[in-house]
Amino acid sequence: MSETLPKNNIFKVIGASSLGTLIEWYDFYIFGSLAVIIGHQLFPEDAGASALINTLAIFAAGFIVRPFGALVFGRLGDLIGRKYTFLLTLVLMGGSTFLIGLIPSYSSIGYAAPILVLILRLVQGLALGGEYGGAATYVAEHAPKNKRGFFTSWIQTTATLGLFLSLGVIVITKNVLGADTFADWGWRIPFLLSILLVVVSIYIRMKMHESPMFSKLKAEGNVSKNPLKESFNNKANFKMVLLALFGATMGQGVIWYTGQFYAQSFLENTCKLDFNDSRYILLWGIAFATPFFVIFGAWSDRVGRKWIMLAGMLLGIVFYRPIYQAFLDDTDTTKMDLTGAVYAKPAIKREALSGTSDSLYTSTTNVVLKSGASFNKFQVDTVSQKSGVLSGKEIIKDKVLPTPLFWKFVGLIFFQILLVTMVYGPIAAFLVELFPTKIRYTSMSLPYHIGNGVFGGLVPFIATLIASFAGATPLSGLWYPIGIATLSLIIGTIYLSNKRDENIND
Amino acid sequence: MNTLKKFLGIVWMLLGPLAMAFLIMQAIDKVGLVHTEIERTNTILQWAIILFIFFPISIGLMIFGFYAWKGEYDQLADHSSE
Repeated sequence: MSETLPKNNIFKVIGASSLGTLIEWYDFYIFGSLAVIIGHQLFPEDAGASALINTLAIFAAGFIVRPFGALVFGRLGDLIGRKYTFLLTLVLMGGSTFLIGLIPSYSSIGYAAPILVLILRLVQGLALGGEYGGAATYVAEHAPKNKRGFFTSWIQTTATLGLFLSLGVIVITKNVLGADTFADWGWRIPFLLSILLVVVSIYIRMKMHESPMFSKLKAEGNVSKNPLKESFNNKANFKMVLLALFGATMGQGVIWYTGQFYAQSFLENTCKLDFNDSRYILLWGIAFATPFFVIFGAWSDRVGRKWIMLAGMLLGIVFYRPIYQAFLDDTDTTKMDLTGAVYAKPAIKREALSGTSDSLYTSTTNVVLKSGASFNKFQVDTVSQKSGVLSGKEIIKDKVLPTPLFWKFVGLIFFQILLVTMVYGPIAAFLVELFPTKIRYTSMSLPYHIGNGVFGGLVPFIATLIASFAGATPLSGLWYPIGIATLSLIIGTIYLSNKRDENIND
Repeated sequence: MNTLKKFLGIVWMLLGPLAMAFLIMQAIDKVGLVHTEIERTNTILQWAIILFIFFPISIGLMIFGFYAWKGEYDQLADHSSE
């Protein structure tokens, strides 16, 4: 059936599915990209590091509920069809994202602010849990058997392009409004903008037809009566769900989120790179690497899915620590040549401490090096009538890299995203081929969202948490993705088959 | 290869409870340090989330190990309907 579908119709199917999925990823990722700013808005000013960790926890909550969304909407998709189910998820995602942009800050409504955002974040997670499996299944069920990897790889580009779009909108909004206005209220714009994108996508998706395989199943009266029971109460199917999770999606998830999320968080929060610089590096890396999703997806149609995915995991395990060590070394200002550096006149701000006659003096000095690198030195001193001047610790941040180093960082990020394309490009086709049509939406969604939502989505949160332990080094957080990827690589190597199921019309 | 699959099944069955024990020990250790060494970055809520999420997954790993030990993965189906 799918073999006879005209070529332009297939590309319409891919285009309409991919656009909606891209918008859902955009909605989901703007939260993560703005974690630092949102943390300041949602929590008390003196919360310090816990504001970031709590915001990352709210961000992670969206990932944690994705498997539940996979169950709820996967079941719905196997009962009523793929088309209407992923229309519903799109509406829920767009609505909740828009509302996050309207939530008042902690200073206005106190702890109601983070609680409301948490609830909306949970709705986002549920919606995304239902979206991806539907889109991947829908495209795969339209694709010819020898091009399933190629066609579904377009859906695989959407997660990365959604991140690209979110970073792009954030950088443009910030540059137009200025840093202070953006931190004050401008951060809401990327959330509010979502509603326009969703309306366009809903209009396009309304014109789509149901998947031919699901329509056939429905016409024959073979639609599953209880997809959850058939997926997880049937040993033959459940063992494949477990194999897909531990042998593929678990490792794929941590590779994805280390390369595209932890990398940015590390550059901004650990290496103290400038806000724009860290995002430009990621934007370039994504732009160069994105075509490889399609390349590896198409290649998997010829050589099988297994070894491409596992090679991506192996390279991550081997190269993560050297890459992140290079990030640290190259941004270490104590190792930079300060000869001939130009120090700007310090900008000093005085702030009186309430209830005392003491004051805080914040001095900011911009330093430009001969190499073209620059950074800001911050120092907060307390001037007390009793104790005199108490000098605070000097903090260096807002580092801007010289051009050669900037492109070296782009190269290192590109390499990490290349690994993402290896593990992620073929995985939709791999999952689709594991399960029969009548319970495919449910069965493939769960391991995908546990692997990506839980194991992957928690990378920034758990890695940041590990790095905060006593005695930890800045690289300690990497043990989490390396350990999970190693386990998945061993299980995948030994238990997965490289054979492709050519006929998924079952 | 099938012998290796079965032997490793025992490893996965043991890894599940070991992972749970490790997480509980970490949670007790780190939450106890909240107001001293590492400030407010390790709270009961954060560790409760981690335990809540990873416990069922650890049980899933044990079931996976059990299936492997029983030889369920010795011969994988060539077709999704099998």
